[in-house]
Amino acid sequence: MMSLEQKRTARAVVAGILLLAVAVIVVIVSLNTGTIRLSPSSIWRTLLGSGTRDETLILFDYRLPRIVITVLAGIGLGISGAVLQGVSRNSLADPGILGIHSGAALGLIVFVSFFRTMEGPAAMLIPMFTFAGGIVISIIIFLLAYDRYKGMIPIRLILVGIAIEAGVSAITLFLSLKLDEDTYTFAARWLAGSVWGRDWVNVWALLPWVAVLVPIIYSRARTLDLFALGDETASGVGSHVTRNRMLMLGLAVALSCASVSMTGGIGFIGLVAPHIARRLAGPQHRHFLPIAALTGLVIMVSADTIGRSIFQPNAVPAGVIVAAIGGPYFLYLLLSSKPNSRRNY
Amino acid sequence: MTGLWFAAAFAALLMSIFLAISYGAKQLTLEAVWAAVFSYDPDITAHQIVHEYRLPRVLGAVVTGMAFAVAGAVMQGVTRNPMADAGILGVNAGAAFVVALCFAFLPGLSYTQLILMSFIGAALSTLCIVLLGSATQGGLHSLRLTIAGAVVAAILHSFSSGIAIYYDLSQDLAFWYAGGVAGVKLEQLKVLAPVVLIVIVWAASMGRSITFLSLGDESAASLGVYTGRIRLLGMAAAVVLAGASVSVAGSIGFVGLVVPHIARRLLGVDYRKVIPFSALLGAILLVWADFASRMVNPPREFAIGAMVAMIGVPFFLYLARKERREL
Repeated sequence: MMSLEQKRTARAVVAGILLLAVAVIVVIVSLNTGTIRLSPSSIWRTLLGSGTRDETLILFDYRLPRIVITVLAGIGLGISGAVLQGVSRNSLADPGILGIHSGAALGLIVFVSFFRTMEGPAAMLIPMFTFAGGIVISIIIFLLAYDRYKGMIPIRLILVGIAIEAGVSAITLFLSLKLDEDTYTFAARWLAGSVWGRDWVNVWALLPWVAVLVPIIYSRARTLDLFALGDETASGVGSHVTRNRMLMLGLAVALSCASVSMTGGIGFIGLVAPHIARRLAGPQHRHFLPIAALTGLVIMVSADTIGRSIFQPNAVPAGVIVAAIGGPYFLYLLLSSKPNSRRNY
Repeated sequence: MTGLWFAAAFAALLMSIFLAISYGAKQLTLEAVWAAVFSYDPDITAHQIVHEYRLPRVLGAVVTGMAFAVAGAVMQGVTRNPMADAGILGVNAGAAFVVALCFAFLPGLSYTQLILMSFIGAALSTLCIVLLGSATQGGLHSLRLTIAGAVVAAILHSFSSGIAIYYDLSQDLAFWYAGGVAGVKLEQLKVLAPVVLIVIVWAASMGRSITFLSLGDESAASLGVYTGRIRLLGMAAAVVLAGASVSVAGSIGFVGLVVPHIARRLLGVDYRKVIPFSALLGAILLVWADFASRMVNPPREFAIGAMVAMIGVPFFLYLARKERREL
């Protein structure tokens, strides 16, 4: 007989392998999609270094950077959503809905207002600006949602997020109306969640954030499990609740803001991916964080691929595709949750 | 006491209108301004400025301000939800979505047709959100209505910007969306104003039933109010008011949220008084917001929606903190 623990691990491993297979297929399909079609075999050949010059150019200079960015951003958004839901004990939490992305957008608009360009080495700074905007807005949101006696109030967190988002959007609108037409178009596309990072420099700007933050978060999976028990129990078993909460929130905000810096304000992935992952792998963060990352990856890459292939000749931002699926799912969660249960607000 | 408040608000409104017409980006003498209003001579530039730009936009602010505020008051009354507001319940997002569709697929529409279409969009999205709200546990009364509204608005907003980007309409749509009352024409007001005034009078005539309804369904029913019918009629009135205003003035949120709360604080919960008083306060608020939006940095204009949001967001946060009841 396997113990419950072993059963869960086995289930998570199976789910992980299946999702990994799906992810690989999605990435290959995505590499294959575009104005010039490349067959899977020629992609394979080119990746191994023996493709024709055109194939190498298309794959390495155009498709691969964009796909690596969507992969990294999908992982980042999936994990940051899982952390936010765990820390706030709020299954409706999502960096987009909580208004964190509106802070990132503000950071981005400030960046384009000052630098007037998104090209070249300046791109390395973009994640810092989105992060700065996001962290300032999140601190405001969490302070406003915090009650001295009751701690974080889940429903208030969402309401405050909605209000702050409206206010920050007003500022962003004001700043973006001052931009010239090209920059304005860029900002509008960004806000709608259109993957714009297409060069290797964008990949290098994003990679360190994901590569550093994801392992740190994963190493603290146990801390996240403790939050689910409630603040009193968690501090009873020796967890430093407030400090850990602030730390994990900071990590999640950093991860999501860095991810959206290259892909635009995409909401709902951080909401949907952890829910699917929890169904597949059970409630323990150790198991479901990797699954949430893979789910986020699959959603993100498919949304981007659908957005740029089905609606030819123009592209539809990936954020629109995600909202079309994630929005109704959010409403479903909202309608089916019970008013008074502690977890499901 | 009530009469005093009404007199004060009415006087304040007249003074605000007077100020807003008298001052603007172009310095004009007071005599010229008022000569333009009462004895219009199309050959004088100053008269043209006043007649073509200032007068319509100030009157536009009055009419849309009244409409948004009364829409908010009625929605808050019939749903018993202190956070109900046209912007929050998705009216703006629905209107913007349909306008984006029209820009993309029916580019030849006349202005009147566009107003009609955006009105239909507003009505449909509100219907959708109200149905969703009724389906949640706790019903329309619940704070989930606010969240459902915000999420439906987010989805519609995402679709509109997708359409705008796909068909390269971003800035056209942004101008419509953030335009405020700047582009209002007297001809539009001639259509809008009677509609708004009639619906406000109609809503005020339901004031007694709405007051009972705001006390709770059981007590309202025991006092002889057809709760379902009043709720339906009230929402219909609110959608007509908000939808018509959004189609003329673009997206202006928070007026309907803030104003009714102030009105209730000053006059109590009697909606026979709250509705007309909200109309006056809403008009004052938007006249000032519009005045401020063009005086902050002349001749450039500040988005009026952002101006109102500066007052509305802190107020919303205050309500969110105060709201202690369970979902």
